[in-house]
Amino acid sequence: MESIIHLLVFIPIVGFIISLLIPKRNEYILSWNSFVIAGLQFVISIAAIVFWIIGNERSLDIREVSIFETSGYDFYIDFFYDRITAVFLVIGASMTFIITMFSRYYLHREKGYKRFFNVISLFYVGYNIVVLSGNLETLFIGWEILGVSSFLLIAFYRDRYLPVKNAVKVFSVYRIGDVGLIIAMWLSHHLWASNISFYNLENYDVVHDQLAHHSITGFFLSLMLFVSAAAKSAQLPFSSWLPRAMEGPTPSSAIFYGSLAVHIGAFLLLRTFPFWEHQMAVRWLFAFLGILTSIVATFTARVQSSVKSQIAYSSIAQIGLIFLEIALGLEWLALIHIIGNAYLRTYQLLISPSIVSYKIKLSTFQSVEHKPTKSFGWSKQLESTIYLLSLKEWNLDSMMYRRLWNPLKKLGSRWSFLTFKNVYIIFGAICVLGAVLVVNRDLISPVILPYLPEVFAIIGLLMVIKSFTERSSVRLSWSLVITNHLALALAISFNEAFNLSHMTWYLSGVLISGIVGYACVQWLRSMNEWISLDRFYGHSYEHPKTAGVFFLACLGVAGFPITPTFIGEDLLFFHIGEEQAFLAFLVAMSLILNGLSAIRIFARIFLGPHVKNYHEVAKRSS
Amino acid sequence: MKIIKSSKSTAQTLELLKHYLPSQAPLKDFIHHNTLHAFQHEPFYRGLSKAKDVFGYNVLLSLTQYQQLFHQGKIDEHILEKILSERKADEIQQWKQRLLDPVIEQTRESRIGQLRAFWKSKYKIDLDSLVHPLLFRLISSYLDQGIALWRFPISDHGFLDSVRELEKNSSVSFFRTERARSLLLSKSCSLESLLQLLLGDLSYAEHYLFDQQFAHPGWSGMVATIEGQPGFLTDQRTISLQDFIIVETLLEIDALDDHFGEIWSPLGLKIDNSIEGLFDEVVSSQWFEYLTIWHEAYEMTYYDQVLGAFKDQDVTDSKANSTPKFQAVFCIDDRECSIRRHLEKEEPNCETYGTPGFFNVAFYFQPSGSEQLTKLCPAPLTPKHLVKEIKVNRTSESDFHFNKHAHGLFAGWIATHTLGLISAFRLFLSVFFPRKNATAVSSFDHCHPDAELTVEFEGTDQKTGLQIGFTYTEMADRLEGLIKSIGLVDSISPIVYIVAHGSSSVNNTHFAGYDCGACSGRPGSVNARLMAEFGNKMEVREILRNRGVVIPKETIFIAALHDTSRDEIQFFNGEFSSSAYQEMNNDNINAFNRALTINAVERSRRFESITFHGNTRKVHRKVKRRTVSLFEPRPELNHATNALAIVGGRYITRNLFLDRRAFLNSYDYQNDMKGERLQGILSALAPVCGGINLEYFFSRVDNQQLGAGTKLPHNVMGLIGVANGTDGDLRTGLPSQMIEVHDPVRLCLIVEHFPEVIDEVLASNSGLAEWFTNEWIHLVAYHPTKRALLWYRNGVFEPYVPSNRIALSKEELDKSTYSSAENIPVTQLIR
Repeated sequence: MESIIHLLVFIPIVGFIISLLIPKRNEYILSWNSFVIAGLQFVISIAAIVFWIIGNERSLDIREVSIFETSGYDFYIDFFYDRITAVFLVIGASMTFIITMFSRYYLHREKGYKRFFNVISLFYVGYNIVVLSGNLETLFIGWEILGVSSFLLIAFYRDRYLPVKNAVKVFSVYRIGDVGLIIAMWLSHHLWASNISFYNLENYDVVHDQLAHHSITGFFLSLMLFVSAAAKSAQLPFSSWLPRAMEGPTPSSAIFYGSLAVHIGAFLLLRTFPFWEHQMAVRWLFAFLGILTSIVATFTARVQSSVKSQIAYSSIAQIGLIFLEIALGLEWLALIHIIGNAYLRTYQLLISPSIVSYKIKLSTFQSVEHKPTKSFGWSKQLESTIYLLSLKEWNLDSMMYRRLWNPLKKLGSRWSFLTFKNVYIIFGAICVLGAVLVVNRDLISPVILPYLPEVFAIIGLLMVIKSFTERSSVRLSWSLVITNHLALALAISFNEAFNLSHMTWYLSGVLISGIVGYACVQWLRSMNEWISLDRFYGHSYEHPKTAGVFFLACLGVAGFPITPTFIGEDLLFFHIGEEQAFLAFLVAMSLILNGLSAIRIFARIFLGPHVKNYHEVAKRSS
Repeated sequence: MKIIKSSKSTAQTLELLKHYLPSQAPLKDFIHHNTLHAFQHEPFYRGLSKAKDVFGYNVLLSLTQYQQLFHQGKIDEHILEKILSERKADEIQQWKQRLLDPVIEQTRESRIGQLRAFWKSKYKIDLDSLVHPLLFRLISSYLDQGIALWRFPISDHGFLDSVRELEKNSSVSFFRTERARSLLLSKSCSLESLLQLLLGDLSYAEHYLFDQQFAHPGWSGMVATIEGQPGFLTDQRTISLQDFIIVETLLEIDALDDHFGEIWSPLGLKIDNSIEGLFDEVVSSQWFEYLTIWHEAYEMTYYDQVLGAFKDQDVTDSKANSTPKFQAVFCIDDRECSIRRHLEKEEPNCETYGTPGFFNVAFYFQPSGSEQLTKLCPAPLTPKHLVKEIKVNRTSESDFHFNKHAHGLFAGWIATHTLGLISAFRLFLSVFFPRKNATAVSSFDHCHPDAELTVEFEGTDQKTGLQIGFTYTEMADRLEGLIKSIGLVDSISPIVYIVAHGSSSVNNTHFAGYDCGACSGRPGSVNARLMAEFGNKMEVREILRNRGVVIPKETIFIAALHDTSRDEIQFFNGEFSSSAYQEMNNDNINAFNRALTINAVERSRRFESITFHGNTRKVHRKVKRRTVSLFEPRPELNHATNALAIVGGRYITRNLFLDRRAFLNSYDYQNDMKGERLQGILSALAPVCGGINLEYFFSRVDNQQLGAGTKLPHNVMGLIGVANGTDGDLRTGLPSQMIEVHDPVRLCLIVEHFPEVIDEVLASNSGLAEWFTNEWIHLVAYHPTKRALLWYRNGVFEPYVPSNRIALSKEELDKSTYSSAENIPVTQLIR
């Protein structure tokens, strides 16, 4: 059984690597590769179920290597298999199998055929890691891969404005979910003083003991898990990203946003259910939010006049009910519901272009009678209000901008004195000051010392806000992303146990990625390319390779699991004390914006309509 | 100096806008038309140059692409030199060098959008991203034809009034600020007053409105089209472009108020440098001249070998010898070009004809069990007749996945638990074993084979005021018109087939563009059935005999429908007077079926996923499978590669391999020495075939702005159009999957007649002449007695002597036909 689980993790990874190596023009082999991988995976998942049943349906936990170990901290990979895993594995494999078959013809001759299958393969790697993960750390690796592959797939038509804009938008929501998970990991470290596996969560005593003493921490942990789950599954208040994610080719929307990606939030809740099972307040809250989402999304679905957004909101409404079912503890019902919803929405999306001929045929033979506006028999005012709110998607989309991003932009635009040169001077001074302070930690008055981490974290946060809102200089924005990490490292250094080796883990990836990214920017400048952050420049049209390298650099600085920074971020949090909630908040905010800022820079330089329009370029609104 | 000011009134500006906006009808009535129709009153290249400079369209291929074509041999060097010698007599070599030098492509700059760009540069505000999402949602919900379950509450007084009502009745507002809301509710928001507020100077209004509307030409064009012809919507709406613009302008004011408070200076005050007037004279650049020379050489390379094939060919009219075994009348559609060739090969003793596929009967059709009328004739005609389908019960298959309950909360809950599992099964089947189901469109559903039609006159329909059925005289008129125009007046065979066409596909939003263009984007089966019934009526033959047209007593007419994507045919039962006829018919049907299979094989050479290894039936099966596969974006290639239209007797094309690129209209000049019928033919042919050709042309050269881009991410909006994603503007034109194999060349129309007669025809109809004098379609006269070719240039027919002639034997041709996906030159077949 263990080797089966290893196979299930590694086959998709192998598939992804093969996919990267196949030449671009070879459509047949590219699609065949994905198809075989998914088929193989399907057969093995079924085999796994058989073995699992033979083995008396016991949950299985496989502890793998520790990647980083230090006193009281152990970052290890862990896999887990139980009925929930079984169901999700089978959905994932069958869906990927069918969709790759579908896409091999559907995408025939499409520019980006290889990119499409690469991203699907990458997505599938992430999905399997999440589904098979045995602890939050492992899950987080997969979670990040899902986020990035989603970004790439939404921005599949990277030479148009809206896909790119929406990809960044969805990425920003995902980022909030990511940080929810990071904080959840931080809280769980403190709850159990070690990394806990899902297997141990099933042990009532382990969970209950801790919760009895730390009910507030427990509550927040659950809440953070819920934030992550809600972001990924498009629940309130994040719902409006789902229809906007439907920018890629129809089959990719079907598999990602019709079925697999969108149910991952539900998976997270199912997986962590033993943890919050006995917190009644939490269960009520989740149930309530699930119901609320269902109602709001149902109304919104009813007024949609485009077929894909209608399916998206209907799906959100059902996922709201799934959240309710999970909160009520109806696990099997929820699982069946997930299966049904996934296949139903996928099929609906795949046949969505047929709706034109179908409905027109139907309306030819059934005279359409429209009852005048009374659809609920309520007062006209209430009805009009709900209609208008639903049409405006309950302001969910504009809310994120008005409440979160716009205030930040206003804040950032105040610091115009921060020019490229000034940053180096100011930051150099702060660095020296910080380093001096850290080294002489013993000499600082104990009254001030506890505040220093916060001070430096705030400086770091300000930097990244400036980076995020910078309108012109790419180099300034990029430098600030890097210096933000340095400031955070300094801030945490004031805490006792954070030593140099931890600092190295954290910063090594950042620095390398930072330099690589900077080099890309300089290279573009040396090619006399016009770059700035005031609009999209679309340079991937002429420089696809540079775009690829720069994207990797962005992932590096964003703490994606390709550099040690990924573990470093976790370490960073490990050193934040349980009582330093404000510090944790600041660091979390920094990390959200950090990743966003990096991706924004990437999008602005390399994606969108190409600034040199000697070839066909789509209108902005199309 | 501000030269952009204009003194046009707002009403005039709106009229001008409607002229320039895309005029594409809702999806169900998708009809091909010249995408740049607004420039058609100008000579071709000047029109293109304007379209490029004013609206920023890409109007020809790029210099690099032409150079590639040259190096691939698709642009002939001699022809290029010939063109240069005509235009640049002194510097041929220098110009040739310039054309071939490596280039850095030029960035296009356009006038549209320049005025409105000041919002971004001077005010640092991105109005489009603040206004478009809500505006598109509003208009899409208002025009929606049946996607939303909860309809937009519509008042009787149009869009603006409906928005106002909703705003008034609701406790929340469309707007973020108060001023826009009170402007809307006060009813005093005339477009002028809003523009005054926004611009401060109404002389900027023209440029501003063009900028504003061309930021989303899809929706604006749809609004303008529906305003012009509300009948396009089954579920009718009152809408005007003015209302739409008022709402958009209010949203803009709202966004500005939200950002700056109510005090901001109007845009007019911030315009400090001069920008060009939108429609000022454009100066043609040398760059554009390079492009035109290249394009001319590209087109002439193709036409030259087409005309070369006409040279020295054997055009003896075999018709006089004996009565053929059967005759078949097809549509002029380019997709019928090859089936006719194959049919003639399978049954050498048959004759085929081409005529616009409505077969000269224009009427509205009412399917059994339906309240709605379907127009079955070319789009510009307005029929007076109604034909009902009777004596048959039609039920349409339904599919749960489109059911509204799938989107409800509790019904959806039950549905996902139960039908979700069925979906899994359906999903699997539809991907691995595609079969026809309720989601598919089939041309054979258009008219039920067992149904009867109200052919004969039955008075006036109460509801519609249309005449039900046709009187015998009317029938005779139409039949006479048809057979005389195609020259089928003597030697009529015992069986005459009237073969309509339609197309089957699935997951295809542009399905209407695949059916018969002469039947307003529907299959032509009902038209064919009517014409066959007319012909079979003895009363009609009696009338015709009195007019001197004799249809032999024993002749019968049989209607049929050819499905161009499946290559299948359905015959509508004729009455057979004897078993000999039955036998003859069966024999003919076999010939049809053999021809269809070979036709499918010929088509398959363009499909990369089908390789021909000698088994024709297998290939035909695969071709059929494409039409029911959800994952197949190219059920057929439709009119792609169309390039020719030939009006004349079949004997001038019977020995030519035209590679499915020609519209063939049968015509006998000898019966029409005054050119009266020719005028009728050309008046129908120029807009239909020219429209198809130019829509393919422009969708090909600028697939992003004039075409619809790739269809893979398309999302259906309100059943009337497609957009990318959920926030996008409607996409007009053709998706990339339809045009990728198309070569952008203008239609070359070859008419078999005396140039003097053609001249007279053009002189009497200036609207028709515009197509040819401005060279949006090329015109060539094929002299009936001298057998010489005359090219119509600058209003005069000049002799044209082609340089090449390709002649191949059938075997040689077959070899290249089945081994290449490329275009094959027009070839004379050596028998």
